[in-house]
This record gives sequence, structure tokens and C-alpha cells, in this order.
Amino acid sequence: LLRSSQPLTGPNRRRCREDEKLLGTILDEGERGFIIDTRSAQAAKQARMGGGGTEPKSCYPQWRRLHRALERGRPLQESFIRLVETCSDPSLSMDRWLARLDSSRWLSHVKAALSTACLAAQCLDREHCKVLVHGAEGTDTTLLVTALAQLILDPSCRSLEGFQALLQREWIEAGHPFQLRCARAAAPQGRGKQEAPLFLLFLDCVWQLSRQFPFSLEFGEQLLLTLFDNAYASSFGTFLCNSERERSLCKVKESTHSLWDWLDQPEERHKYLNPLYSHNPLVIWPSVEPQSIQLWQGLFLRWIRPSQHLDEAWEEIQRLVEGN
Amino acid sequence: VENVRLLDRLSSRRAVVGTLYLTATHVIFVENGSETRKETWVLHSQISSIEKQATTATGCPLLIRCKNFQVIQLVIPQERDCHDVYISLIRLARPVKYEELYCFSFNPKLDKEEREQGWKLVDLNEEYNRMGVPNSYWQISDVNRDYGVCDSYPTEVYVPKSATAHIIVGSSKFRSRRRFPALSYYCKGNNASICRSSQPLSGFSARCLEDEQMLQAIRKANPGSDFIYVVDTRPKLNAMANRAAGKGYENEDNYSNIKFQFIGIENIHVMRNSLQKMLEVCELKSPSMSDFLWGLENSGWLKHIKAIMDAGIFIAKAVAEEGVSVLVHCSDGWDRTAQVCSVASLLLDPYYRTMKGFMVLIEKDWVSFGHKFNHRYGNLDGDPKEISPVIDQFIECVWQLMEQFPCAFEFNERFLIHIQHHIYSCQFGNFLCNSQKERRELKIKERTYSLWAHLWKNRADYLNPLYRSDHSQTQGTLHPQIAPCNFLYKFWSGMYNRFEKGLHPRQSVTDYLMAVKEETQQLEEELEALQERLANLQKSQSGNNKVKNKQQDRSKQSGLYTSNNSLANTPQEYSNDLKSFPSRSPSQGDEDSALILTQDNLKSSDPDLSANSDQESGVEDLSCRSPSGGGCLPSEDSGKDSDEAVFLAG
Repeated sequence: LLRSSQPLTGPNRRRCREDEKLLGTILDEGERGFIIDTRSAQAAKQARMGGGGTEPKSCYPQWRRLHRALERGRPLQESFIRLVETCSDPSLSMDRWLARLDSSRWLSHVKAALSTACLAAQCLDREHCKVLVHGAEGTDTTLLVTALAQLILDPSCRSLEGFQALLQREWIEAGHPFQLRCARAAAPQGRGKQEAPLFLLFLDCVWQLSRQFPFSLEFGEQLLLTLFDNAYASSFGTFLCNSERERSLCKVKESTHSLWDWLDQPEERHKYLNPLYSHNPLVIWPSVEPQSIQLWQGLFLRWIRPSQHLDEAWEEIQRLVEGN
Repeated sequence: VENVRLLDRLSSRRAVVGTLYLTATHVIFVENGSETRKETWVLHSQISSIEKQATTATGCPLLIRCKNFQVIQLVIPQERDCHDVYISLIRLARPVKYEELYCFSFNPKLDKEEREQGWKLVDLNEEYNRMGVPNSYWQISDVNRDYGVCDSYPTEVYVPKSATAHIIVGSSKFRSRRRFPALSYYCKGNNASICRSSQPLSGFSARCLEDEQMLQAIRKANPGSDFIYVVDTRPKLNAMANRAAGKGYENEDNYSNIKFQFIGIENIHVMRNSLQKMLEVCELKSPSMSDFLWGLENSGWLKHIKAIMDAGIFIAKAVAEEGVSVLVHCSDGWDRTAQVCSVASLLLDPYYRTMKGFMVLIEKDWVSFGHKFNHRYGNLDGDPKEISPVIDQFIECVWQLMEQFPCAFEFNERFLIHIQHHIYSCQFGNFLCNSQKERRELKIKERTYSLWAHLWKNRADYLNPLYRSDHSQTQGTLHPQIAPCNFLYKFWSGMYNRFEKGLHPRQSVTDYLMAVKEETQQLEEELEALQERLANLQKSQSGNNKVKNKQQDRSKQSGLYTSNNSLANTPQEYSNDLKSFPSRSPSQGDEDSALILTQDNLKSSDPDLSANSDQESGVEDLSCRSPSGGGCLPSEDSGKDSDEAVFLAG
């Protein structure tokens, strides 16, 4: 599984021998690979006007390109804001709830993200083909897809340690611009140009996986909520800045504490573990039918829905599994 | 009929070929193929509709829709055969006589005494006594002993002490279908009660002294309050329209000390259409999120569920918090009234949240009070306008409550699904006919078996591992959040997509926790036994004792392991899951990935069908998973009705 950003083909259909050679060496003689472009075919084509574009078939003959349009940027942020507004609207009657939920399109985005990740995983696991994922910048929907695909395919990413490593590798070090993306969350005033909840969308997809495979992730919802909180406002330096370069310039490692170190402490770690966890060595294929994708109430209704009875249930589960 | 194809609902590529059999009671499809002879059994009584579709090059398609929401798509090679099957099924699925129903031929090989015992499991007299009646405020009345007063009521009803036979008879003449006010639930703690009836025949101005006295009597039976609520569960407009037909609702001016309340729940026709629309959404091929959410909203289904729940909450509140008695009615007092009274009772009394209590609740508010099972669920061929998912809605209300209060119910989702299944299956006699009178005439108890006994025998499958009788959620009244609460009502895919294994979480937390619980219990028992033994050893001198006890322990242990092993060797549920999963693969219906799937991989051995492939669901070992590797519970949805498999195989 590879990731990159878009090729700078531009309106004049520029070529780059080195790029072609690089992609060529990845594949064996006669082997085919897939490029999953997280933009629609039209958007990718239009990107040429701005200097970007797609890999032309003639130059990359062994690679087959698939387009899976995933929402990013401003529209995704609007979707998030609408959803939060819908959830907090006390006047909303039963008649309009689902329609409003749908018009936010958030769940559609979850479905699309999971579907694309499954597609990538399927190419790798079933077709035994190599996959290159990119969108425009390679810092948003690209990471969403590669990180989710690994969770689906690789059991080592589903342990608490492995998941932390996945986040560190596929989101933080890969250069997702946390500082730009997670400035204000869903506040209507927070319409910063670069604000977009990609990381939250990722966490939502992980939550869907945990719901469909309750035994397969070593961590529970509490971890996901904590990660969400820390991406936006944190006592730790883990999610600071927009890239490893910035972190190095700001001396983040020297001057702040790591969230991972905190979570790894035995008394903290315990809170985030899933009592039902049992190492599952196999690939986990989620269902992406609409019925299978649910609103993450624990996050979106966190302050609205009384959680007492559900907390009690969770305690009961822990009690049963861990013995009295 | 041979060479019939059974299609996967989502992808015709996933068809299996087999032979179709029609018996007197079932449709059976047996897959060809040496490894798996998977069988799909469908009871005729479950069949809701059969659709013969246009013949194509591949054959003649036949779509069977079931009342338990299973949808079976067959393709029969010869048009002539297809037509024969179609005509036969039409006839078989629409019995005209009760004797044609499965319950009269079903034979679980129990003797006469066991059958009788089965029917005695749920005893309503015991239940009323448990509630605290008869007492100084309530008496049992046998005025209806020959069904002379109301033929849809039971022979024994509870009425207020001051309601004489004269009052009861007079009131019954003023009520639709003669369904006079009678006790549904009595709250020992504060003497408040829930009574039920049908609408009064008040028209615009008619009055009836005895009916007014009846309501007075109900009020007087609760000295703690000087008024009663009268709750009409119809929308106001409908109730008003009924006045033109000489019926209607209670006028506060005429009935002293009542507070009248409409809580609008739509009628059976609206509900039938609502379900129909929702099922259409479920049948969409590759729906988008919008298709699904819009379709669901458009059906209005969850809105109706909420309306029933809200009514139950109102009544429970009136009884528990205000200490005020409530008289509930709709039009005829056998649909919405039943729903609302049973939801309210469930909220009020933790007993009804136990397995036994739930059976009692259904027996009381649905069976004994004359809910028209035959008309509503089509035991026999009848008027399609009478069909309506009334009890299905009640069962769903219970599920919605279980989701909100996971520790509060002794039983689990499977229990509810199996009850719904058997309401339509007519395998047991509990839900036949339209009234107690009809059931007695048909001698149901002498000729059929009771579902309750059957479920009770298998109760280990139906337990909720999170239930503890000393848990806070299981004490007292349940208080569901009233507002905001739209999000609390979820689509019940476990019921409406029951047979689509690919949709559900592949790993059953309930089953796992039950296994853990059982094992913990066994280990605790062993621990006790060992501790006893230790105590004995410390007293005893002789080595003989040691050897004897050791042998006993070993046999006990080997008993455990044997049963575990036999279950561990039956992975078929999951391999079936694996077969159906790929239909849920996100790439279905996607033309790019369709191309992927037609490449080499599919032509050669399809990894889905290989015995060891669990790549699909990733749950290879978890079907029989427990901390020490033993013990698993059977999946409730094997291809054939697991209940029948046991009995008919004999």
C-alpha cells in the first residue's frame, strides 16, 4: 500500500521519467497495480488547470486508475457543523430528524470512506495487487484511506500499541496538517479556510469497525473520544503543528509531553482497553450497507444523551469478563 | 423441482443451485453440492406474498416474501414448473381451515401431561394475585362466564368492587364491541390502576348511566386520587369522526372527575402502509445513505413507534408519579389499547421485564383480552385490510427499551425475534383465532402445544447476560428520556434484516458474555466443590475418600469438555455467513470493482467457499469462543427453523 500526492501533470501533460520509473519498479514484470484517486474523475481532470492532475495511462501502463470521490475541505466541515446543529436542536421533531441527519451527509461520508478503504484492502488482499492512494495533497483523504485499510487488513494495527503506531505513522508523521484542520471544531464561527474534520471522520470509521467487530479492537470508544478531544485541544504535543518539519522547528519533542506516553501508563491504559478484545488474526471486512452505519452517538450526542444506563451496561460487561 | 436457483438478494452472481420441495407445511430448498447440503425451510404460514416475475433467459423468477421479513428469490428453469409452484404456494399460504395450520400436525414428542403442563406455565390467576387483586377495591367478576356479555373478552375479568353486574352489563352495551372497562394493571403501591375498554357509543350526545357509574367505580377504587385520566389513543380527528357513526369519546361534562386526553396513534391501515414502505427500503439494491434515511423517514415507522412509547410513558407516569388511575381505549380496544397498556406495564413493573413476566404480559394484555391474532396476522386467509403489524410494533418498543436500558431486561433480542417469528408461524397454538372463546371452541389446549413452554425450555438461549435482579436498572419504574430523544429510536436491522447475516456485527457479544457467565458459574461451583473437598480432606484420614472424590470431579469435568467439543465442531453458521458476506462487500454494484471480481480470482476457486477461508468475516474461531476455548450457543438463525429441525428430525 503506497501513498503520495497528485502528479503535477498540468495542462500541458508534463511527464516525469523518474516518477514513472519509481512507480514502474514497484511492480514486477507483467504485474498490475491500482491507483485509487480520492477525487472524482472530473475533479482530477480539472486539477490539471491548476498544475496538478492524474497519471496518464500511456505513461503508467501497468497501473489501473480508480476514482472514489471523498469529501474533504470546506464541504466536509459544513457537513460536520450541520450534523452537530441537528443533534443539538431540541425542537427537532421525529418527523424531521432523519431528513436533517441525511441532509448533513455525514453518514454518507462515513460510508464512502469505509467503502474506499475496503476497496483498497480488497485490491491488496484478494487481488494481491499493489495499491497507490492519493488525492490532491496527499494529506487528508489519502491518509484516511490508507489508515483505515491497514486497520481492516492488519491485526497488529488493532492492538492498542499498534493503533497508536498507526496514528503516529499514517496521520502525524505523514503530515496531516492538524493545526490547520483542527482549529475550532464545529463552532459555526470556526470557519477557518483550512478547517476540516478528516481526523474525526477517521475516528468515526474506526468506531463503526469497533461496533461491527466488538472483539477485534483492543481499545474502546473512550480512546477514540480522547483522541478527538486531543486533536482539537490538548495538554500534549502529539497533535501540534502541521508536519514533522514544523514539530522539529518548534522543538515539540523537547518541550512537550507525548500523549502516547501518558496513555501507556498502566493506570491510564486500563481505561481505554476493550474488555472483549481477543486477538483476531484475520481480515475484518465491515458491512457498508446504510443499516450497518450508525450515528456515533457517543460523540455527537455526548452532552445531550444521558449515558448513565449505557455506562452501567459497560461496567457490567467489564465485571463479567474480568471476574468479580 | 430440480435445478432451481436461490439468489442472494443483492447479487445474482451469488446464486446457489438446488432442489425445491413443497410439503404440506413447508417450502424447502436444499442446496446441491457434496460439502454443504444447506437447507432453507420456510413455513407456509410465514409466507406473506408470492410474486411471479417476468421470465428471463435464465428461467422464471419467483419472489417469496415472509412475515418474518425473510425474502427468498428463486429462479425456476421451466415456466410450467414455476407456475405450478406459484399456484400451489398461493393455496398453501392461504389456509381456509384452522386444521390446515401447522400447530395441529406439529409433534414435539411430548406426552399428554407434558403438553398440559406446558399450557399451565403461564397462569393469569396467579398473575392477578401477584398484582394484589382481588382485594378491598377490586373483585373478580364472572359476569362474562359464557361470553354472554362480551365475546372477545375472557371469562374472568377484574372490576372495581363497586361495579355490580348490572353496571357492567349496562356499560358493555354502551361500548363498541361490548368491551367494557376492565382491569389491566393494578399498582399495589398506590392503588392506581390501568383499565382498558373500547370507545363509548356516545355519538354527539348519547349518555349511559351505567357507563358513567363504571368510570366512577374505577375512580373510587383509588382513594388516593379524586379523578381518573381517560386516554384515547386515537388522533383527535379520527375520534371526532367516529362520533358521526354513533361512537366517539367521553365528554368531560358527562363523566364527573375525568381528565380526558388524546394521544394520537395512527390506525391499523396507516401502520400497515408504514411497514410496507419500510420493507421497500430494505429491499432496495445497493441503497445510498440518503436512499435509506429518506426512505425510513418517509415510511414514518419510527415516528409511530415513538408515539406508542410516548403513550405508554404518559400512562406509566400517571400511575407511578401522580398515583392517578387511567382508563385507556382506542376504537375497539384491541390494538392500540393493547400496545399502550403493555408498554406502560413494562415500564412500571420490573416483573414484566423478566422472561416469565413478559410471557405473562403478552398472555394478559394480548391473548386474554381478545387481540385479533387471526385477522391481524393472517393465520387464515382473510381480509387483507385487517392485516397490520400491531404486535410487531409492541415488540419493537420493547427492543427500543432494551437498547436504552441494556441491564433492565432478563431476556435478550433473540427472545423477541423468536416470539415474533412464532406469532406468524402457527407452530404453536397460543396465537390462533381472535378470542379466548374461539380458542376454547377449537380446543387449542388439547390439540396444540404452548410456545411458552418451548421458549422456557430453551431459556438459556434467551438470557441477557447483563441482567442482574439486584441492578439499579431492574428496580422500579423505567424512565425513558422524553426529549430530546429522536435519536434514541433506531432502525431494528436485527428484525427487519434478520436473515441478512452480512449486515450484523459478526460477533455476538450476548452469546460470548453468556458463555463467560456460565463458565464463571461453573468455575465457582467447582471452586465450592473443591473447597468442600479440601475441608473434608483436612478432617479425613483415609486415602479412599481422596480417590473417590477425584473421580467424581474428573467425570464432572469431562462432561463439560465433551459438550464443548461437540459444539466446537459445528462451524456451519459462520461458513454460511461467509458465503453470504461477499454480497455485502462494498464493491458490489460498483462497476469498477465488478471488473476486479471478474478477473482470474473468481474463475478459479472462489475463496469464499473454501472451508478454511475466514477472510470474509474474520471470525473463524469466535463462533465457539470462550475464555478457555469451550462452550458456544447455537445461532438462532440457521437455514431452517432451528426449533423444527430438532423435532422433525425425530
